[in-house]
Amino acid sequence: MMGRTIFIDPGRCIGCQACVSACRECDSHRGKSMIHLDYTDEGHSVASLPTVCMHCEDPVAPCAEVCPADAILVTADGVVQQADTTRCIGCSNCVNACPFGVPKIDLQAKLQMKCNLCYDRTAYGLAPMCATVCPTGALFYGTVEELQAERPGVQVADTFVFGETEVRTGVAMVVPAERVQWPVPGGLPVVEINGKDVRR
Amino acid sequence: MTADPRAAADRRTFIPLDPSLAPPGTRAFRDAGGIPADQWHADQNGETLVPTHCCFCGVQCGMYLRVDRRGKVFGVEPRNHDINRMRLCPKGINAYQQVNHPDRLTAPLMRRSRDEEFREVSWEEALDFTVSEIKRIQQTHGNDAFGLLGGASLFSEKTYLVGKFARVALKTRHVDYNGRLCMVSAAGANKLAFGIDRAGNPFSDILLTDCLLIAGSNVGECFPVMTQYVWGARDRGASLIVIDPRETAIARTADIHVALKPGTDSAFFTSVLHVVIEEGLTDEDYLAAHATGWEEVKAKAAEYPPSRAAAICGIPAEQIVQVARTFARAPKAMAWHARGIEHHSQGVENCLTVINLCTATGHIGKPGAGYGTITGQGNGQGGREHGQKADLLPGGRSIMNEEHRRQICEIWGIEESELPPAGTSMMEMVWQMQRREIRGLIGICNNPFVSLPNYRVVKEGYDATEFHAQFDFFLSETAANAHVVLPVTTWAEDEGVMANAEARVVKHNKAQDPPPGVRTDTWAMCELARRLGAGDKFDFPDSRSVFDELRVASAGTVNDYYGITYERLEETGGIAWPCPTTDHPGTPRLFEDGKTYHPDGKIHLQVVEWHPPMDPYDDAYPMSLTTGRTVAHFLSGNQTRRLGALVEQTPRPWAEIHPSHGFRNGEPVRVVTRRGSEVFPALVTEAIRPDTVFVPYHWPVPTAANALTIDALDPRSKIPEYKVCACRVEHAERIDEVPAPPVAPGHVAYPETQVSRTDPLPPTAPQGRGTSERS
Ligand code: SF4
Ligand code: SF4
Ligand code: SF4
Repeated sequence: MMGRTIFIDPGRCIGCQACVSACRECDSHRGKSMIHLDYTDEGHSVASLPTVCMHCEDPVAPCAEVCPADAILVTADGVVQQADTTRCIGCSNCVNACPFGVPKIDLQAKLQMKCNLCYDRTAYGLAPMCATVCPTGALFYGTVEELQAERPGVQVADTFVFGETEVRTGVAMVVPAERVQWPVPGGLPVVEINGKDVRR
Repeated sequence: MTADPRAAADRRTFIPLDPSLAPPGTRAFRDAGGIPADQWHADQNGETLVPTHCCFCGVQCGMYLRVDRRGKVFGVEPRNHDINRMRLCPKGINAYQQVNHPDRLTAPLMRRSRDEEFREVSWEEALDFTVSEIKRIQQTHGNDAFGLLGGASLFSEKTYLVGKFARVALKTRHVDYNGRLCMVSAAGANKLAFGIDRAGNPFSDILLTDCLLIAGSNVGECFPVMTQYVWGARDRGASLIVIDPRETAIARTADIHVALKPGTDSAFFTSVLHVVIEEGLTDEDYLAAHATGWEEVKAKAAEYPPSRAAAICGIPAEQIVQVARTFARAPKAMAWHARGIEHHSQGVENCLTVINLCTATGHIGKPGAGYGTITGQGNGQGGREHGQKADLLPGGRSIMNEEHRRQICEIWGIEESELPPAGTSMMEMVWQMQRREIRGLIGICNNPFVSLPNYRVVKEGYDATEFHAQFDFFLSETAANAHVVLPVTTWAEDEGVMANAEARVVKHNKAQDPPPGVRTDTWAMCELARRLGAGDKFDFPDSRSVFDELRVASAGTVNDYYGITYERLEETGGIAWPCPTTDHPGTPRLFEDGKTYHPDGKIHLQVVEWHPPMDPYDDAYPMSLTTGRTVAHFLSGNQTRRLGALVEQTPRPWAEIHPSHGFRNGEPVRVVTRRGSEVFPALVTEAIRPDTVFVPYHWPVPTAANALTIDALDPRSKIPEYKVCACRVEHAERIDEVPAPPVAPGHVAYPETQVSRTDPLPPTAPQGRGTSERS
């Protein structure tokens, strides 16, 4: 299936926000973090869930599709870049279009910003900042084979359903092996595990 | 935007780009094949990567500091070191920001009395005044009227100097260090049982174990990078047992989470041993061959059936049986513990019961089987090995032992009669300051105003001193009380070694020159010694010269560093002591030959009787207050409370409380103990025992957990009982805002985003405990 990408494993996340700090340190948007950390069950549990841009593949990047200024470009290797500063008009269309709630708008600068899979690093064979530092491997960068070599039996999903629409993403999510048909955190039902449609 | 997404899927691989477009730092990585080799590198932008380690916790993650062409540290890059394999926690990522922080002290500060304002003076004037005050106090009240308090975040070279400076230059018995507040209980227990004071196994052994027991350690927040080993063990099917009154991130995923009442750990572990014995799961062959005292321990365990311990610990009895079976039946099992069981008036005993359990089940000294204690401070382990602890001489020698005294006096070139006897512990020194037995004090690398328990007593003690000097690079709460503040270097401006939680000695390298006006602690101590007339014993131009004396001073002891050299550390990335010769590989795992460091080579098991915590519960104070750390801050917060990202992550403390008390999330609550009361926002969560309240301790008054904790000490280790005292929680009117400290340069405040933070006064905290970065 996919090449090198980020795998998100919420079961491992300890909510330390090292990813948030690390993302601030990478050179493409130094000083600003492009990662979300959600607390899914506040008051009951310390469970947390990191979200980077999912780099949607099919339909390709809804944020880019709705951008009236053609500011969001998708590179040949499937990375959805953050808005081109010379084109972005800060209209927020992308924010509304993204099914995962990823792009952020700096209202003062009238500029969209989002995770660009650390293109400044990945293009040179380095792992993205967040996945490099994540102390637990809740964010893992590599191929699915590398992931499975490290974590025997791990199951990943890269297809999510929103009502009628199915979205296949470049970034994948680890799902508990014994619960493959359960919704992943965030309430998105998993339909495809390791490339197989589990509804059938 | 018309690209075929399916086709794109397989193309996410290495894309060659024009190398001249490489952003700073990446060229070096690319040249090194994507993973940086452990050398200094420079790319075409003049950026250098200096390999070093994090200055904070006992994991000692490897990192590169990014240094710009003007020689200034300006960033961090993960480093593929054995310990952390590129991982870093938020403290490590942001640590570099303190190096060139606007708050750095760059000139000595001085005042003749506490009523005056500080004025900037020359080093000459500050040192002369300090020496004249030392002489005045010592001539009037005796040498022991002057004390020295060191720190376990210092390099080992500097901790060695602290011990030598106190005994040889100040000629006082009163020297101790803030590691006294950290892992001395574990140290005491390990010394009693094994004759050696360190963890038995390296972190990498965790990956090999079948059952991992973590007691009193919030690994996810306090030692985040260690979590990768825990999850690694889980990947291979190991079971996980967590003992903690809170459901921490590690406890959340454990097979068995024992949420026992604070202060009942030894009853719990003895009862687990009871079940192990009852069910015939002990390793009698191992015990017969390798342990003494087993019969006595067995007899005591008989007095702790699960029914009794369950009542003491406030947990179901079945959990005790479950833990016993899981741990004892595992082919290989390990126990790691930290402050949760060590910060008690029976801290040593708690650790001993863990050792009893490991020994009885034969889980000692094998790959994947053993015990470990996780050090809180970067050099918590190394910081006490070379003589800054009140009762220790270099090489872990005892200051009470004639032979040991003689050996050290020979190395130091002094008469044995000149070497003072053992002094008292850190908290006891504060009591002596209160009673005016100690009238002058130098503090190096510590911040007792935040980190010692019972703030009122600490303040009284420090206020009572006639002279107080503090070495620091920021004006800490304690330094603000001093007469003289000497601006010294950060970890990035000097070289030296630290020993991490595995007793692996690692080398920190110098990344930049200190700002003008700043000197190394080594230089400052040697200058003071010279002015006190002991200059010939303190002829140390740099860290390396101190390290070479330290190596010799440790030779032949249990803590043998003789075979460790700077060159070897740079080559290997770290060597675990004992390492007696320069061709010795070091000792990552202890007792592989079944021998301990006692003369008889046996494990000396110790009988432990549980007793209740020192602060009794009654109707007015029915609940337990327990304290701890958050992932964003380090110890007294003097360093991390100034770094923007960390302040944003956890701006203020909170009181974590169970919903059964009827408080609303974020509502102000007053936590009251016999020593005082303070108001915090409530963090209402089911992840804590109903009879327990948790407050993190990194902040000064008026939101200081340590204004509430009790200064009761363990009689053997003299560690304060931070982890339990009696309290009650009441409704409060309002929370007083604590002014935010300045933040580091280079930190860009989070941009105003479309979805604003909704709650103007969130209950604050990481980990599902309040604020999250929603935007
Ligand atoms: S760094 Fe990893 S463990 Fe920490 S919050 Fe981010 S995803 Fe979770
Ligand atoms: S991949 Fe890079 S840009 Fe995206 S969230 Fe991670 S660190 Fe930030
Ligand atoms: S604080 Fe500890 S875990 Fe975090 S980066 Fe530093 S050494 Fe590693």
